[in-house]
Amino acid sequence: MHKFEFILRRLLSSLLVLIGVSIMTFFIARVVPSNAAELYIGPKARPADIERVTKQLGLDKPLPIQYLVYMNELFHGDLGQSLGSKRPVLTEITGRLPATLELLFSGMLLAILIGVPLGVLSARWQGKPLDTAVRIISIMGVSMPAFFLGLLLQIFFFRNLHLLPLAARVDGDLRFTSPIVETTGFFLLDSLLTRNWVAFKDVFLHLILPALTLAAYPIGLIARMTRATMLEVLEQDYIRTARAYGVRDAVITYLYALKNAIGPTLTIIGITFAYALTGTFFVELIFNWPGLGLFTVRSLTGLDYPALMGITLFGAVGYVLINLIVDLLQAWIDPRISMK
Amino acid sequence: MTNLEIPALKPEKQNTRTFRHVLTVIARDPLSLASTIAIFLFILIAVFARQIAPYPLEGAGKTNVSNSLLPPSWEHPFGADKLGRDVLSRVIVGAQPALIVPIGVVLFAVLIGAPLGALAGYKGGRVDELIMRITDLFLAFPSLLLAMAIASALGRGSEKAAFALVISWWPWYTRLVRGVTLSLKERYFVEAAQAIGVRDSVIILRHILPNTISPILVQATVDLGTVILAMGGLGFLGLGTQPPAPDWGLMVSDGRIYILSQWWIATFPGITIFVVVLAFNLLGDTLRDIFDPRQYR
Repeated sequence: MHKFEFILRRLLSSLLVLIGVSIMTFFIARVVPSNAAELYIGPKARPADIERVTKQLGLDKPLPIQYLVYMNELFHGDLGQSLGSKRPVLTEITGRLPATLELLFSGMLLAILIGVPLGVLSARWQGKPLDTAVRIISIMGVSMPAFFLGLLLQIFFFRNLHLLPLAARVDGDLRFTSPIVETTGFFLLDSLLTRNWVAFKDVFLHLILPALTLAAYPIGLIARMTRATMLEVLEQDYIRTARAYGVRDAVITYLYALKNAIGPTLTIIGITFAYALTGTFFVELIFNWPGLGLFTVRSLTGLDYPALMGITLFGAVGYVLINLIVDLLQAWIDPRISMK
Repeated sequence: MTNLEIPALKPEKQNTRTFRHVLTVIARDPLSLASTIAIFLFILIAVFARQIAPYPLEGAGKTNVSNSLLPPSWEHPFGADKLGRDVLSRVIVGAQPALIVPIGVVLFAVLIGAPLGALAGYKGGRVDELIMRITDLFLAFPSLLLAMAIASALGRGSEKAAFALVISWWPWYTRLVRGVTLSLKERYFVEAAQAIGVRDSVIILRHILPNTISPILVQATVDLGTVILAMGGLGFLGLGTQPPAPDWGLMVSDGRIYILSQWWIATFPGITIFVVVLAFNLLGDTLRDIFDPRQYR
């Protein structure tokens, strides 16, 4: 199979999944609740309002028509109106996206920088104390509830050591001393671009604890699965040949084996994104991080149904796209994949 | 018509997979042994919660305002929360929903997922294609996100949260069992049954599904930890067991605002979740090393 054909197939299957995703979110948003119209207006619905929204959403029409109405709205970027803020859900989501992405990327970067080396070292020293230590650390990582780890880190680094800030994205006073000029919405990048070092340091310090909390689960997962991948690669013939030739162990592990373990490791990182994505709900709540996660939790407690449905769709689409990117990257690194 | 049927053959004996072998491995590894004991202890606590809890009524939700925010002491080893309820009692009484609901979730996920997986693997072709595309669809959602969306559509409560988790968990078992079935299909006992004309439904039920039990059990052990963690998360967001009944996740959430002064309210339920999940994950990890269900994927 040609590379081009592989990419085309992969894009097509993603498109199919996206259509399926839209059907599922449609069902959750419009069909499952018996009182969908009421949910879209909020708790203080009057009968006249309910009738109006029922008409507007087409809830009195047959299901296929309802779905078309729903899809029509989606294609016009209309995810409805947030009950809390009365603003379009899409605006609410895109406005908060940079804060969440900054957290998500920092957390994942941390997870990769810690998780992959741990997994590789663990495989090289299989069965040795180091391997056991990594096993325990990574299983602890996937067993720790993010919402609890965040609290522990706050107690330790804020209350006991006075080292790091408690919560939020920046210090409140920063607005007056050296305000961040927002161009990308990524505060680290924004402060770097304007050479606002005071702000950069402040943003960085605020980012450490949330990113670490978010990274704990992915670190464990990535370390465990990288180890498994490495062990599989290390069993292959070409490694045995290299050993027979007397190539040093370190060269075999870090050069020959690691190269071929990168592909599968990428897949793992893609899977891990899903956990990190939902992890942001808890991390943002604990650290009062003004992103999508905090918005999600607020919408949950405020019974903001349109907002929640918008977030669900947005999250699922984002997840499908991440997996698509990972697959394409993998095919680019390892041409054998597109041959299958 | 004669009802010819051959008895389902036991999987070929492999000494690495006998029950005794599993016990020996667990007994030799101190971590696995400790986790197994911890799991049994927690199950005992969950079953006899009302008898063990020092203040069972407070555990279930009765307030005792005069004890509000009492720090840990001999009478109240885990302290008391804002409403003066003994935190230890609430952790103990909360063990019931915290363990039983996830067990139910995994059980239902297996009951839905396993037969579909066997069907997909055995039939192949279009049936396989259809079933697998459906699982792809469910796996396209991060499971906690899907669970949250469903829980918010259905309303709050642990049974709704549980339903939501089943919906997002069953496809994993379909995939696992499909893989196992594909390798079983090649085995003689299945071919023999086919050769003498046993009906497909009988082959799946009597010859294939029973042989998928051990990989399912291993996966279920690992999943139990993850589901307990997910239920804790849903509880933390207020989507689990509703107050005044105790929910570990919700207890952490309630104690969050006191974390810098009355640290015990959130810390003890938090540690409890961590220890239970850790025990399941450590045991699951050992079992996975023995059986390796991933080999079928």
